[in-house]
Amino acid sequence: MHTPQEAGGHGAGHDAHHHGVVVPAPPGFVPHVVAHHFDTAEAEFSADKLAMWLFLATEVLLFGGLFAAYFYYHGVYPETFKVGGHQLNWRLGALNTLILLFSSYTMAMGVRAAQLSQKALMQKMLGITVLCGLGFLVVKYFEYAAKVSHGLVPARWFSDHDHVMAGVENGHLFFNFYWTMTAIHGLHVLIGMLLILWVMKGGAKGRFYGGYYLPVDLVGLYWHLVDLIWIFLFPLLYLVP
Amino acid sequence: MTTYVPVAETEARQEPGAPHYLNVTHGFRSWALTLDHKRIGLMYLIGTVASFLIGGLLALLIRVHLWKPEGAIFDPELYNQVFTLHGVFMVFFFIIPAIPAALGNFVLPMMLGAKDVALPRLNLASFYLWLCGLVLATIAIIFGGVDTGWTFYTPYSIQTPTAVIWMGLGIFMVGFSSIFTGLNFVVTTHKLRAPGLTWFRMPLFIWAVYSTSLLQILATPVLGITLLLLVFERVYGIGIFDPKMGGDPVLFQHFFWFYSHPAVYIMILPAMGVISEVISVHCRKPVFGYRMVAFSSLAIAVISFLVWGHHMFTSGQSEWAMMAFSFLTFFVGIPSAIKEFNWVATVWQGSVALTTPMLYALVFLIIFAIGGLTGIFLATLSVNIHLHMTYYVVAHFHYVMMGSTAIAFFAGVHHWWPKMFGVMYSEAWAKLSCLLIFVGFNLTFLPQFIMGSQGQIRRYATYLERWTPYHQASTVGAVILGVGFAIMVAYLLHSLLGVRKARRNEWGGVTLEWDSPSPPPLENFERPPVVTREVYDYSVLNPKS
Repeated sequence: MHTPQEAGGHGAGHDAHHHGVVVPAPPGFVPHVVAHHFDTAEAEFSADKLAMWLFLATEVLLFGGLFAAYFYYHGVYPETFKVGGHQLNWRLGALNTLILLFSSYTMAMGVRAAQLSQKALMQKMLGITVLCGLGFLVVKYFEYAAKVSHGLVPARWFSDHDHVMAGVENGHLFFNFYWTMTAIHGLHVLIGMLLILWVMKGGAKGRFYGGYYLPVDLVGLYWHLVDLIWIFLFPLLYLVP
Repeated sequence: MTTYVPVAETEARQEPGAPHYLNVTHGFRSWALTLDHKRIGLMYLIGTVASFLIGGLLALLIRVHLWKPEGAIFDPELYNQVFTLHGVFMVFFFIIPAIPAALGNFVLPMMLGAKDVALPRLNLASFYLWLCGLVLATIAIIFGGVDTGWTFYTPYSIQTPTAVIWMGLGIFMVGFSSIFTGLNFVVTTHKLRAPGLTWFRMPLFIWAVYSTSLLQILATPVLGITLLLLVFERVYGIGIFDPKMGGDPVLFQHFFWFYSHPAVYIMILPAMGVISEVISVHCRKPVFGYRMVAFSSLAIAVISFLVWGHHMFTSGQSEWAMMAFSFLTFFVGIPSAIKEFNWVATVWQGSVALTTPMLYALVFLIIFAIGGLTGIFLATLSVNIHLHMTYYVVAHFHYVMMGSTAIAFFAGVHHWWPKMFGVMYSEAWAKLSCLLIFVGFNLTFLPQFIMGSQGQIRRYATYLERWTPYHQASTVGAVILGVGFAIMVAYLLHSLLGVRKARRNEWGGVTLEWDSPSPPPLENFERPPVVTREVYDYSVLNPKS
């Protein structure tokens, strides 16, 4: 990853120490002021980036608990998971995988545009990313609706009135995993979209440029993780062996 | 014993009347929206101590109830709620945040020579998450309390009519508050060390809090998802932990202890860091085997992830798993013993000043030795079968958590009190209170070891006649303990009147926080510190010796 350009040094001497270093910006952008407790823009950038990576580690562990439970029950009830997996529409799942993969590409291009101070391109790329997230949720809505119509809903309301899971033990367990994991993931997609919109708001005001694009970068990392989790969810739920 | 004379030159640098972090701004908003790590630490200090007092009152009620074999106050259902709330408040609202979030927030950036933590806004957010957790826990108490014990074992926690959902969400929030604090400290330690402050010049408190923070970041999310699944279980019957629906309640125990065993090290590791600081400063000696003590913190952090199964020796695990968990639990005793022995070696031939913080540190050394050793007995498979779920476990846990962590917390509070508020408390009262706490603590929990080894099961509202003397001794001890803490609250509050001003370097420490006025200014130092010496190099204070 690129690090921001040199932040214009400590030209202002002691004064700069108290009010924060100013990162010079090209015309049309708002210069970023480094937080008062950092000496340089690099220090701020690397600190916030490390924090984001650590936060992503906590996200991985949070989903890790779900995955561990999934694997455990997959081992206990392999038939249930096999039959349950066949009830899901793998074509829609694959479509959503492609949508998210493409959105990761546009997100990366958005970060690139921010690094090059290309405001219009950045806004465009981020906008496409948000639309991809929306597309993902719309597809998910149709999938959920199909499940609801078959009574394949979370536990307490699980009816399975078409008896698709009749032949296996504890058929509801597979769908409990399906709903819980995809709903928590979907919530992350929604949060990611809101974060990108927030970044776009700052972008419209010209806050992000070659010398300072930290929020774009961090939201991008988050978006890639959300994408990555789906890359694991898709085969586990839709393509169960 | 030699008396330490602070260097006149350091004293002279303090300008009387210069604004400090407490009076630089005024009003409610200046505190509620503060980004200053010292103020946030102070708010955490008030919050965690308040939780400790609530948890302590509940403990006193439990002990008074157990004065008689048939129980003196509560019916059994209410008794279940009281011990659950005692556990939840002490574990999640006091011990876990107390040292890192209250003392750590104040001291860690100063020890690193930084102006603040790396992410001040996240720091404030973490405090408010903690507060939201407390509000949700209060709502849980209003809507029927919780009677599952602080471990929330399924399937009972799915069936009980009490307010498990509210409490679960409250602890979920507190968990994320703890994650954010840990994350902040890791980043601060990596990125904001003063020039010259290399990793092996860092005070051992930083090493301990750093190791703790790694645990907070890596273990707490698993508790988060576990509690979330428990909430789902109750809201829509997800079935993962419910045997009626094909789920497995033992999986809940695995998940819970995958967090909660590291969590007991989240509680004890920072306490060990405090003890390293206090012993070094009040014995005027570098900590013996500095690197080994530093690495033992990391070793404890790593091994603690691999021992969770020792809570489940009677829950149904394979024999091989039990043997592995038993072995690994013995193994974690090694880094703990390294610390204990190195502290004793530090005291040896030091010029020991028997100040209040030092007394607490000595109390820690004694109690932690007992608490740690009894843990080794519990890690032994055959012995564990006999002692499982007895008062022996309760006594062991309290020797390590109350007798060690809470005592170290109070060592730290007394050690940094002059730095935090610029005032000194009455040492005479402080020593009296320390004595009462030491006597009261041992009187409370030593009998529980004996009862437990004789088979007295924990968490029961009533007991057999033959244990009456032990229970009554324990209750008397708890009352003495309560008196000790009441005295502490009184003299600490009294000290805030400012009758005795504290010196800049009250004890003669050489870590960076003592190189700042008491109380410190908003950005901690009058000029950016540069570290040129090895850690704990006391020659700087007394060049003639």
